[in-house]
Amino acid sequence: MSQSYDRGLVEDFGRWRDFSAGMWAWVFHKFTGWVLIGYLFTHIAVLSTAIPAAGGDPSIYTGTLQGLEELLVVRFLEVGLLAVAVFHILNGIRLLFVDLGVGLTAQDKSFYASLVLTGAIVIASVPTFLAGAI
Amino acid sequence: MSTQIQEGEQTEDEQAEEQGESVPANQQRRMQEKRERADSEERQREEAESSLDDEDTRTLKVFRYDPEVEGKKDPRFDEFVVPYRKGMTVLDALMWARDHYDSSLTFRHSCRQAICGSDALFVNGRQRLGCKTQLSDLQNPVRIEPLPHQEVVKDLVVDMQHFYDQMDAVEPYFNDDDVPDGLEEQRQTRENREKIKMSTRCIWCGACMSSCNIAAGQNEYLGPAAINKAYRFAMDEREGEAMKQERLEILEQENGVWRCQTQFSCTEVCPKDIPLTDHIQELKREAVKNNLKFW
Repeated sequence: MSQSYDRGLVEDFGRWRDFSAGMWAWVFHKFTGWVLIGYLFTHIAVLSTAIPAAGGDPSIYTGTLQGLEELLVVRFLEVGLLAVAVFHILNGIRLLFVDLGVGLTAQDKSFYASLVLTGAIVIASVPTFLAGAI
Repeated sequence: MSTQIQEGEQTEDEQAEEQGESVPANQQRRMQEKRERADSEERQREEAESSLDDEDTRTLKVFRYDPEVEGKKDPRFDEFVVPYRKGMTVLDALMWARDHYDSSLTFRHSCRQAICGSDALFVNGRQRLGCKTQLSDLQNPVRIEPLPHQEVVKDLVVDMQHFYDQMDAVEPYFNDDDVPDGLEEQRQTRENREKIKMSTRCIWCGACMSSCNIAAGQNEYLGPAAINKAYRFAMDEREGEAMKQERLEILEQENGVWRCQTQFSCTEVCPKDIPLTDHIQELKREAVKNNLKFW
């Protein structure tokens, strides 16, 4: 062989239209996983500063959280967080079954099912999360 | 569209014309013959194409690259219009294009019945076996590229060495001299044969490895085909215990079964419908059972 041509990432994200169910499940699972890790660190940062700042006075902590809840964007972010968490949980259950070798021929259907269920749960949660904000 | 290199010859011709009489007579004659040959080739080509006018045709967009020829070093796509007939496969169309338009169009093929595993190609954004893919199932124009994640040697031919190395790494052969008492042969139950049935169907075409995101690039991941090969022997009841342990040790390595992220791409593209992810997952469980013994 004299020479060869490296085409680089032929099947990179530019080919997302050709992705199949299993690939999308993997992409979404990674994405939601990172979002959840990001949220957990923010969560710890907010709580660990709000509680000591209160210094024995619970009203400061309550005030911080109520102040956050008054912001419309925070309400929407909460809906987003729920969507991300629910999808990660449902796809995680799907992956458990995949690891156990149960129903591998239905892996695409179970991915679509977890998407639909996530959508349904998120829509059902909207009245609760946005109550009073709009 | 023609892959014959025209530019070089043309400049030569122009030079000859400029110089006029100073060119020796026989060279002029050679030039003349060359021009006529080029003309007749072009005419033949036009005839072939115009004869297709009232026929049902399909357009192939084929990846072309040849590092050894000046002017073809830049990768590009060539279009070939081929007549369509019922039952025509991608491989048939490629062969028609090669025979009628450009004999330098290079691709691997041999048996034409999905057994030799030579013609795995990237057709319309997916790894498929050329001889097993019907043109009627594809959108026109049909885009044909060499397998992704492997280096292209020429046109549609990729360097399969890495794939073969990974296949060899799992020692894909039966290796047990022990014969059960009183027998002269290794016997296998029907159930066991049924269990490994699908895994024996691998034709080494490399479609799965090419579709796998994890195996892409310089990754040392064994790849779906090699793990499937290991499954075929590890799950075979005729294989001795020592050999099975050795095989599992190879699979448990950093680049063995645990690299699989269950994207199901390999299972999706396998032309022989082998449930590759299924087999990889079973070997993962086998590896865990082999190392965690609480009982």
